[in-house]
Amino acid sequence: MLEGMGRTKVFGLLAVCGLLAGCLGQPRSGDQARNADAGEFTLTIVANAAVGGKNARGADWIQNWVIPRFTEAQKAKGVTATVKFEQNGTGDEDFKTKVALDLKTGGGGDVVEIDGIWLGEFAQAGQIKPLDEVVGDTSWDGWGQIPEAVQGLGEFEGKTYGVPMGTDGRVLFFNKKLFAQAGLPADWQPRSWQDVLDAGAELKGQAGVTPIQLNAGSAMGEATTMQGVLPALVGTGRPVYENGKWQGDSAQVRDVLELYRKIYGGGLGDPVLQQEANGRQRSFALFSENKIGILLESDYFWRSVVEPVNGVAKMADRDSAVGWALVPAKEAKAGVGGQDFVSMSGGGVRVINPNTRYPRQAWEFMQFLNSAEAVRESLAGTAQLTQRQDVNDQVLGGDPMLSFIAEKVLPITRYRPGVADYPKVSAALQQATADVVGGMSPDEAAKAYRASLVKAVGEQNVG
Amino acid sequence: MDSSGLGVRRAVGFVAPALVLIGVFLVFPALWTLYIGITDYQLTGPAAADPQVVGADNLVEAVRDPLFTNSVWLTALFVLFSAVIGQNVLGFGLAWSLRSVSPWLRRTAEGLVLLSWILPSTVVAFLWFAVLSRDTGTLGLLLGSPQTSWLVEYPMTSLIIFNVWRGTAFSMLLYTSALAAVPPSQVETARLVGASGWQTVRDVVFPHIRGHVLTNTLLISLWTANDFTPFLLTSGGPNHRSEVLPVLIYRQALEGGQLGYASAMSMLLLVGNLVVALVYLRLLRRRA
Repeated sequence: MLEGMGRTKVFGLLAVCGLLAGCLGQPRSGDQARNADAGEFTLTIVANAAVGGKNARGADWIQNWVIPRFTEAQKAKGVTATVKFEQNGTGDEDFKTKVALDLKTGGGGDVVEIDGIWLGEFAQAGQIKPLDEVVGDTSWDGWGQIPEAVQGLGEFEGKTYGVPMGTDGRVLFFNKKLFAQAGLPADWQPRSWQDVLDAGAELKGQAGVTPIQLNAGSAMGEATTMQGVLPALVGTGRPVYENGKWQGDSAQVRDVLELYRKIYGGGLGDPVLQQEANGRQRSFALFSENKIGILLESDYFWRSVVEPVNGVAKMADRDSAVGWALVPAKEAKAGVGGQDFVSMSGGGVRVINPNTRYPRQAWEFMQFLNSAEAVRESLAGTAQLTQRQDVNDQVLGGDPMLSFIAEKVLPITRYRPGVADYPKVSAALQQATADVVGGMSPDEAAKAYRASLVKAVGEQNVG
Repeated sequence: MDSSGLGVRRAVGFVAPALVLIGVFLVFPALWTLYIGITDYQLTGPAAADPQVVGADNLVEAVRDPLFTNSVWLTALFVLFSAVIGQNVLGFGLAWSLRSVSPWLRRTAEGLVLLSWILPSTVVAFLWFAVLSRDTGTLGLLLGSPQTSWLVEYPMTSLIIFNVWRGTAFSMLLYTSALAAVPPSQVETARLVGASGWQTVRDVVFPHIRGHVLTNTLLISLWTANDFTPFLLTSGGPNHRSEVLPVLIYRQALEGGQLGYASAMSMLLLVGNLVVALVYLRLLRRRA
């Protein structure tokens, strides 16, 4: 009996050791032309979009236009194609975790829509690979239509990993009805942070109205960094990452945290909302119910949130009730590059899973997704800053907000640093705003931020 | 020796499937966690492709991490108030007071308590969300203060009350059957000599069920310490104020991507559980 147990244990341990040795960080590679001539293939596209839910328009487009058209086109070539659409409707952070786990374990869809800012970490982890390594020849006439700056969203360390899905820009949205009641102009354009705070003070008198929503705290995730800290930080004249170093507890970071203190310590914002599990969605709903005066968001807010038909927080009177203004620097000429106004931009990227069974077909599908016809169709009659210049030239003229982004915001905008450490820095910045909203002084919060920054990226990378 | 008469080989044949299952689903993941815990393995980034062994660094870092100590403290509070005190006392109270009521009332009460235990966590979390929400939440409406966001302003208190509600059924069931083992004649005698309810419980009932109390407390303590439902209610927020250990480990591992660091923390949680279990087992043995 004892002998038998001993043997089992030994086998068990051997099995365990074998698995341990093989599992962490396994390398992957494959022949780019594998299954290129298959008469029948299946591709899966994964997106954080769901029919009738999050990013419903994009989901509708994939489900009802892309898939039928693509399979039809393949059929004409005598190939039986099946395209599956894996829908998600969750927070961006959760989606990222899911995609990372999928790719890490050798699974996941063939074409995956990710946020451009995750590209660096996925690439460094080997979870995605340069496009030409995955699919071989990447020549395509569409590249010529994608502006350099936008193509940069799909690049990491000089290599192209995916095809961008367009870009965006951030502005201050405001509720013109609340502004009128407070005696503020409908063509409001603040020229300094103080102007924004002053407008907030004017709005404060109205019952049930939160004057300013500037995203804060960890619960909002990247939305805090992208629609809060970073637009403010570029307004102080210094981007978060410069010459290979991250800003520590600099005067500029303190200025930004001081702005948060003025808003959330001064009754201009709602501190509780920032900490709720669904705070961002709540803030959208509140804006659409005329309960928030000023809100910093990307044009996504205009296209998909308060959009009267498909938005997640519809405003029937959006076109007359919602105004927008450029985000001012701290003071005139105080922004990066001496700018008066600032913005931040980002965008999604479609990548091809290195483990796909059909790399050539996946690339063909990718070209189809990014063809002028498909991109125009994805807009469903609305406007958006797509990746394609030819499409933008046709569609943006019809939408004053999107033309504003294209003409006024994109020339002054900045992009996030596309390095793998960024998400950790972003998390530290979110925590700093959470601390200030929770009552900590900006100086203390900046010190705590520096400490976690050093822990995350190393002392030598903090400026 | 070989009382079943199977012989060594056949005996091994019989237990082998069970041992394989235990090996694959228990021993391997445990060793795996230990191994990841000594590396800097991450979900993404360079350390995902090429993890390095960092030895005990993760453990040292965890013990120094204010988030970890905060989390240990919150877990201790959570276990003490919601399990050791809350579920125990309420479970016993229900079992004791339902002894002598009419059967239909007892069955109804037990049914309701059980219902809160057997419903899926996600459903329950959604219901509590509706009750505690700031906007037209049921509790806010009942108390006439609809502007209170209970889960944000009183996160730990909410979680403790939630867990008492959620887990009392087990204690109630266990104590109900334990009380059935108390000889009625002794309770009756106590009543006749004029003992109060509390005196009866303390001097007549408790000595009979001491072992049950310890076993129950051990089980619910461990369950509560490992409970992940708090994540569904508060996600550890606001600002880490309800981040009990399982939630912290999840957030570090999957939201922060620090798989190695989180594994080291789970090992510390495991050690903590073992210590608690040992203390209870000592107490139990002393009784024997």
